[in-house]
Amino acid sequence: MASKTININLKIWRQKNANSKGSMETYKLDNVSTDSSFLEMLDQLNEQLVNERKEPIAFDHDCREGICGMCSLYINGEAHGPDRAVTTCQLHMRKFKDGETIYVEPWRAKAFPVIKDLVVDRSAFDRIQQAGGFVSVNTSGRTMDANAIPIGKAEADKAFEAATCIGCGACVASCKNASAMLFVSAKVSQLALLPQGQVEAQQRVLNMVKQMDEEGFGNCTNTGACAVECPKEISLENIARMNREYLKAMVSAE
Amino acid sequence: MSKSGIFTSSLAKKYWMALTGLFLITFLVGHLLGNMQLITKTGEEGRRAFNEYAYFMGHNIFIKILAYVTYFSILAHACIGLYLAVQNKKARPKNYAYNRPGTNSSTPSRYMAILGTIILVFIVTHMANFWWKQKVAETVPLHYVENTTDMQIGQDPMTGAPVTRKITIKSALTTNGNYLEVAAKDVESGNSQELVKTQDTELIDMNTNLHKAEGVRDLHTVVMNFFGHTEQGGKANDLALVAVILYVISMFVLMFHLWHGFGSAFQSLGLNHRKYNGLIRFVGQAFAIVVPFLFAIIPVVIYLRR
Repeated sequence: MASKTININLKIWRQKNANSKGSMETYKLDNVSTDSSFLEMLDQLNEQLVNERKEPIAFDHDCREGICGMCSLYINGEAHGPDRAVTTCQLHMRKFKDGETIYVEPWRAKAFPVIKDLVVDRSAFDRIQQAGGFVSVNTSGRTMDANAIPIGKAEADKAFEAATCIGCGACVASCKNASAMLFVSAKVSQLALLPQGQVEAQQRVLNMVKQMDEEGFGNCTNTGACAVECPKEISLENIARMNREYLKAMVSAE
Repeated sequence: MSKSGIFTSSLAKKYWMALTGLFLITFLVGHLLGNMQLITKTGEEGRRAFNEYAYFMGHNIFIKILAYVTYFSILAHACIGLYLAVQNKKARPKNYAYNRPGTNSSTPSRYMAILGTIILVFIVTHMANFWWKQKVAETVPLHYVENTTDMQIGQDPMTGAPVTRKITIKSALTTNGNYLEVAAKDVESGNSQELVKTQDTELIDMNTNLHKAEGVRDLHTVVMNFFGHTEQGGKANDLALVAVILYVISMFVLMFHLWHGFGSAFQSLGLNHRKYNGLIRFVGQAFAIVVPFLFAIIPVVIYLRR
């Protein structure tokens, strides 16, 4: 396969640490293979920076196969770049033109403070999960086999679709209100749809929404930007389901 | 009740926005049907129908309750909406240097707060122009009609021909649906005589000082004059064209607000179902176009008929 290379200009957010101000810096990078992923392109840029004895750019990444949710990046005005249903590690340089200027910024949200350069602190998501995104299971040795409870295929599929959320934060980054509704609703839904999740359903949704509000995420205005930019294509149906669950719990929980 | 709070949590605020928004949508339908009388009926018949309708709307207990729910809904929708908008701004203290929101969301959906604020300004001026005058300041005059007739006052002694004078009789429309003669005026001499005293909307007998009837206010003429029409008398608004243009622009803003708001209310209440989503979107977007369009043609037609 004939490999093609492009030359690009990059405008990247640089910020020394959480307390410093930060600014957009311009870089030029030549001979970028169109077959390389966006993260590989950043590796190439960092190699260039190291060779120039400059500080490399800090960015999050882990599995590089689209499943861990670590890579973030707001590329050319969109979470995970212009492609749909992919994380940044799955975004390829063939999506960009020769000579193009590419903007790279971290997720912008009060609840996701910048740690350094393009790395943000997403522990707010962890705290929301800890507030109720689980089922309490007795592990005394008499644990019941999960498959002992029959679950309809359609329901199981819906729960699985919600469970594919990797918690990357693209929904928050894309939302004009920096709202975490898609993430929280996916986490509420994956359990609300299954019989094992029914036991703690009411307290779960109340606690998770409470934590979401306390973290400083914005409110949902149903623009639908989150679902469009979600690498796992989590549906807005989940937000509606959470709204139903919360309404039920709000009026009936003791 | 858990500590979640029916006012404080982000989701509860959305329920209030959705419920008040949906109520205001139903209000729009009623308001539109009432207002359409301004252009579907003409002449004294149209004027009378509209003023009697306005009187009914102001005095029916069921309508009064609905009116208070409407005031509450407007205030709650505006206050909670502005509060949410401030919170949402705070949730992203630093904006992106380069952003392309148009790739993932519709334009109206991103400008609901600004559209809503413009609509609020419209509602305030709209109420100051009509509602305030009718209900609070009570400066809307009564519904009068004047009829000039040749009244026979005697006979010519030579020829025996009837002698007539032109007399103008001024009558007020009353709440029981009759016209009550309130004044008579001799056209030639200009002499006039009051037959009934008016105190606010009350019509009082000159001789006995007893209540005779209650008059109906002439909101129809106030509206007509406001948009440049003078057929029923009164002074036409010099800025009628400006009023018409601002009104039409406001209805465009309302269209964009409803375009997103109608369907959004259902989603906020958790009413999202694959079977009905298409229907909700279709009805919502059709409503967003048809209702503001019909509202907008009312002042345009009044202006063109001036």
